[in-house]
Amino acid sequence: MSDEAKRKPAKRPRAEMPCQDPAERVRNFNEVALGYDEELAVAEAERCLSCKDSKCRDGCPVDVDISGFIAKIRDRDFRGAYEAIKGTNSLPAICGRVCPQETQCEAKCLLGRKGEPIAIGRLERFAADWAMSQGKDRPADIKPNGRRVAIVGSGPAGLTCAGDLAKKGYEVTIFEALHAPGGVLVYGIPEFRLPKRIVAEEIDNLRALGVNIQCDVVVGRTITVDELFDEGYDAVFLGTGAGLPMFMNIPGETLNGVYSANEFLTRTNLMKAYLFPEWDTPIKVGRRVAVVGAGNVAMDSVRCAKRLGAEEAIIVYRRSEAEMPARLEEVHHAKEEGVIFHTLTNPVRILGDEKGWVCGLECLRMELGEPDDSGRRRPIPVKGSEFVLEVDTVVMALGTTPNPLVSQTTPGLEVNRWGCLVTRDEDGLTTRDLVWAAGDAVTGAATVILAMGGGKKAAAAIDRVLRG
Amino acid sequence: MFEILKKRDLTPVTKLFVVEAPLVARKARPGQFVIVRVTESGERIPLTIADYDAGAGTVTIVVQEVGLTSRLVGALGEGERILDFVGPLGRPAPLTDRGPVVLVGGGFGVAPIYPIAKVLKTKGVKVISIIGARTKDLLILEEEMRSVSDELLVATDDGSKGHKGFVTDVLKQLIESGREIEEVIAIGPMVMMRAVSRTTEPYKLRTLVSLDPIMVDGTGMCGACRCTVGGEVKFACVDGPIFDAHQVDFDEAVRRGHMYDAEQKLALAKLEVAATGGRGGCACGGGR
Ligand SMILES: Cc1cc2nc3c(=O)[nH]c(=O)nc-3n(C[C@H](O)[C@H](O)[C@H](O)COP(=O)(O)OP(=O)(O)OC[C@H]3O[C@@H](n4cnc5c(N)ncnc54)[C@H](O)[C@@H]3O)c2cc1C
Ligand code: FES
Repeated sequence: MSDEAKRKPAKRPRAEMPCQDPAERVRNFNEVALGYDEELAVAEAERCLSCKDSKCRDGCPVDVDISGFIAKIRDRDFRGAYEAIKGTNSLPAICGRVCPQETQCEAKCLLGRKGEPIAIGRLERFAADWAMSQGKDRPADIKPNGRRVAIVGSGPAGLTCAGDLAKKGYEVTIFEALHAPGGVLVYGIPEFRLPKRIVAEEIDNLRALGVNIQCDVVVGRTITVDELFDEGYDAVFLGTGAGLPMFMNIPGETLNGVYSANEFLTRTNLMKAYLFPEWDTPIKVGRRVAVVGAGNVAMDSVRCAKRLGAEEAIIVYRRSEAEMPARLEEVHHAKEEGVIFHTLTNPVRILGDEKGWVCGLECLRMELGEPDDSGRRRPIPVKGSEFVLEVDTVVMALGTTPNPLVSQTTPGLEVNRWGCLVTRDEDGLTTRDLVWAAGDAVTGAATVILAMGGGKKAAAAIDRVLRG
Repeated sequence: MFEILKKRDLTPVTKLFVVEAPLVARKARPGQFVIVRVTESGERIPLTIADYDAGAGTVTIVVQEVGLTSRLVGALGEGERILDFVGPLGRPAPLTDRGPVVLVGGGFGVAPIYPIAKVLKTKGVKVISIIGARTKDLLILEEEMRSVSDELLVATDDGSKGHKGFVTDVLKQLIESGREIEEVIAIGPMVMMRAVSRTTEPYKLRTLVSLDPIMVDGTGMCGACRCTVGGEVKFACVDGPIFDAHQVDFDEAVRRGHMYDAEQKLALAKLEVAATGGRGGCACGGGR
């Protein structure tokens, strides 16, 4: 037995995640992190201290019994582990891949005080993938209760709400504006981070529960919320997300070669521009691509750019690395893939050539000043530090706000000054009776798990109210 | 859903389709558009609504075969289905109660002008329509337009029908003749709308145009459809597509419309190869 293996499991470093080699993976869109096999998963699970009063669970927005499912993996009861997670989290294969564990459950892990916290996300993914490899969940026995609920939007909030209500016997219809369900999970997050077959599988599971999904329906245009009630729906849930892209309002943003991250990612992921011309939707990626921002959206964009053939893919961010909002793993993977980081750098102008195509990004260097409202140190421009990054594509990944199509066409539905739907209680009841909302549409751009948690609460509230 | 109930060849490259789409038909208004997709690996493209009938549950679209997807749509026949057909999108055209209104339709732009004329007519507004094309055979919907216009003027570039020259020549004559005109609505190729805008601007004559930029989602989510109007960036799919012509930065709109020309060529070449059974080149056989 090697020295390492003889050490107490808790003292061992985390089991490393097998990954595609960086040099290889920048040339394909296949999943980067390959997942633990049974041995790695059990070895990692053995590190868990099984704390009596485990703190990790408090860090989970949907209250997954974390030490419980990890103990089951340790005991090789993989089915049991999966079921323990499924009790409160209906999309574990997705959450295991995209949740920001380092700021949630893993941040609370005792092991993290001295060494590395237990790899909760990777174990969650393992249990979910294991269960998927064993075949479909058998659909639960459902007794229809004769009531109908309309769900608007098929992102994680809508999917979760739909699933919970369907299991309780409601006749659920999801209305989705795009031609495919999944929300950000299909149009935003790239294949190499979240394979679309996993999202498709979760959606198949919902259909097996009897959920009806109607794509190509833009609520507010094709049909209004009031008309949904007229058609006999007893309640409406709004999970419309935060889909409107923000721009910087600097000169040059309408030049050819400037994209919002939403457009760049939608072309790439939903429309599969990386398979052009086999697939019909094109995308323009120059030799040097600058992505402005440093959240998950920016990391996804810059890593897509690299895979789409950019020789240099550059992150331009006005704060420092410590403030980057992206998941740690994404920044780490981006670096491995050769992404260049220009931190403390703020764009002031996009330069175009005589034909109106992007040829440069003029930036200012920044330094960090006093903390601002968000607690992060405020970046301030360094006078006279202008310089030009020569690039031929610019992607703006600055954040998004909710789409006003529904609020503008639903009398009595109030939004706050950021365009987010106002809710009257914890469950997501909006300012209209019998209309609930959750996810990014309420919180502004946030996370998959918060959207799911919100969808879950709303489902419980809808059930309570409709049953009277 | 989205079955093609009727197809009519308006010209060799312009096809009219009556599509079964009851939800869209119920809500459609003049000036709005739909987004369609015809194959699983297909693009999403916007098409302006050319007519609608809520009772029958149908929406009419007119497609000019220019790019890959418009050709794929054009090749569909009666009884076939359009995979995705979503709408109505965009804001309805703001239609005045005070005429006379001059409607200008260039090329396949006559199609989206038609429902505008129809509604204006039912409102009792006087409509003078000017429709044009390169040549007589490319002129579309002449009879339909005549039936909903108080006056119909025709222009062809080659003079094969009506006035020889551009629709803008006819428009200018009309304005110069001192006729009362409340506003002008022009729909057609970007360069034609730019020409109309330049024609009416010196007269400070209120003019609306319908922009047709490249789009992806059509719901305000991507910003592909950005255009500059009155110095501000607008999303044509939700803020438009109809804008005050004199505020529109047409040069930018034209330039952005050409963003994927190279890719479009590549995609069309692929289509040709497929059509010639993978042999490539032209299908006449003369090369062999
Ligand atoms: C590129 C990217 C990467 C991300 N990475 C992560 C990550 O790693 N981890 C993480 O936790 N979070 C991540 N996020 C955030 C996360 O995806 C979102 O917080 C989450 O998807 C929100 O879920 P939702 O259900 O509220 O909305 P969405 O997922 O946005 O879904 C809303 C759906 O509603 C539809 N819709 C909108 N309006 C209408 C209408 N009027 N009628 C019908 N349908 C409508 C939309 O088309 C969409 O499908 C990322 C986001 C992006 C964009
Ligand atoms: S087409 Fe995407 S925002 Fe207009």
